[in-house]
Amino acid sequence: MTLSHSPSRSAGRRPRGTDRQSRAGIAFVAAYVLLLIAFGILPTGYAVYFAFTDAGGTFTGFSNFVTTAQDFRFLDAVGHVALYLLFWLVSLVVFVVSLALLLHRLASGSLSKSLRFLFYIPGALAGAASVLVWLFMLDPTVSPVSSLLGMLGYGTFGEVIAPGNLPLLFTVIAFWTGAGGWIVVIYGALNNIPTDVMEAARIDGAGAWQTAWHIQIPMLRKWIVYMVILAFAGGAQLFVEPQLLSLASVGVAGRDYSLNQLTYDFAFQMNNVNGAAAVSVELLVVSVSAAAVFVARSGFFDAD
Amino acid sequence: MQTSSPRRLLPRLLTGSVLLVFLVFFVLPVLWLVLAATKTDQQLVHGSPLSFGSWHTLKANWDALTAFQDNAVLQWLGNSTLYALISLVITLCVAIPAGYALAMTEFRGRHALLVSTLVVMLMPTATLVVPLFLEINAVGLIGTMWSIILPYSFYPFGVYLTYIYFTTAVPKDLLAAARMDGCSEFGVFRHIALPLATPVVALVGFFSFVANWTNYFLPYVMLPESGQMPIQVGVGTLLSNVPSFNPAVGTLAIERPQLALATLVAITPVLFVFLFAQRFLVSGMLAGATKE
Repeated sequence: MTLSHSPSRSAGRRPRGTDRQSRAGIAFVAAYVLLLIAFGILPTGYAVYFAFTDAGGTFTGFSNFVTTAQDFRFLDAVGHVALYLLFWLVSLVVFVVSLALLLHRLASGSLSKSLRFLFYIPGALAGAASVLVWLFMLDPTVSPVSSLLGMLGYGTFGEVIAPGNLPLLFTVIAFWTGAGGWIVVIYGALNNIPTDVMEAARIDGAGAWQTAWHIQIPMLRKWIVYMVILAFAGGAQLFVEPQLLSLASVGVAGRDYSLNQLTYDFAFQMNNVNGAAAVSVELLVVSVSAAAVFVARSGFFDAD
Repeated sequence: MQTSSPRRLLPRLLTGSVLLVFLVFFVLPVLWLVLAATKTDQQLVHGSPLSFGSWHTLKANWDALTAFQDNAVLQWLGNSTLYALISLVITLCVAIPAGYALAMTEFRGRHALLVSTLVVMLMPTATLVVPLFLEINAVGLIGTMWSIILPYSFYPFGVYLTYIYFTTAVPKDLLAAARMDGCSEFGVFRHIALPLATPVVALVGFFSFVANWTNYFLPYVMLPESGQMPIQVGVGTLLSNVPSFNPAVGTLAIERPQLALATLVAITPVLFVFLFAQRFLVSGMLAGATKE
């Protein structure tokens, strides 16, 4: 990986006190490292161990990976999740950044504040609750937007949740609950852009578009990268939405739509914890690789 | 509003309508949920979707909800508060110094720590639950509140928020100046960095509280007894007692409007905390702190 960081850079600039700083740095992270080992690294290592062994604890190489990949539902699930991820990431980056910029430009502070609060409210609804609400929103018989659904040509719940619509519907649900929190984060980051930088742009005659494109968005880079990495990992783990939809849809949406549903099935229906761990490890590898690309291209880990 | 020439009016209209469309998108389902709690199940299905039921029905729904397992809902709320607050305190004491050190100091293993934190954050949570269960079981904490409070306290997301905040918003020169004046490393953190960190402390505290409050799977596995459940797991229990979702329910049935009410009760504390935290979340305290 191209993540390596040259310690000589900062050491060269501040030759005195680096030892002292180094010791203090370690003291500051000590408690966190303990928790990281206990509740992050150990369980992750355990899951990886599961993925490469059988139920008896014997090492089996890649056989868990082969078995799960040969499962007839595996490739479909990969396709579903990939399509959903595409919709989800694009909508998140485009709409969250634009909304944060628009709210930041509002002349009235209290209006901006109220809107941020209202946009955030769905974020307080946990996974299951939000899906529950959307089951009603998407059912033309009880939905407050049934006329809109009708205009789009949908008369029954079954038509709305046709398999071709699912990536879009899951995107809408995930965006509904997830966007508000990220708008708050990005808005806060916008506030941290020094006023003299903004002032200078204004004096140079930059309009709203130019300021956003050339000044604000580049300065938000780290936050956007962070959002994309987490949204990618979270999206790859799609579970609650299709799971609850499958319960309510009387068979239109299957229980094997996403990869994580498949792991759940392996672990708790087919009693194959090792197979489940193998699929999870694959998810982890994909997420980490994607993250590595973003991190490497954005200078995310630079301390300066 | 002095000169509303069409050149200025158009962008304004555009901004307004975009914000309005998203406002409807975010708020309408919540509004529906609020109104649903005031109706009977009959009205919910047959009445107009955005009509108000009656205060009387709301009261009746509340009574039916609290009657479920003899005030279980209130106990679940108490449990959630306890769990979320204790882990919030631990999270803040651990995550803020860690994120600060990662951003502002150089030490051996800093890079490895950043990478492993990110990797662990990307691990599917559903997968970690089984290993966590085995681990907590091995140290004999299953069934105690620590079985969820300790894992909650590990909050890599918060460490990263702090890390990004310090790298993007706090100039290193400020700390260097304090060191020059003879401040100890802890003194620099305590007197310079921490006061400047208010927005990110609020941000981490808020997101950690929400993450703990809305977590479902971990307490579901670790705390099987009804008396220990947090409200999220409780709402799940209620859901499985709604006849329209689960026809096998007996006499203790919960109806959909009561479920809507339970959902509302479950999210209210989060909204309060958000309202309180919001003014800290967004302040650009550092504007102009140093000249670059």
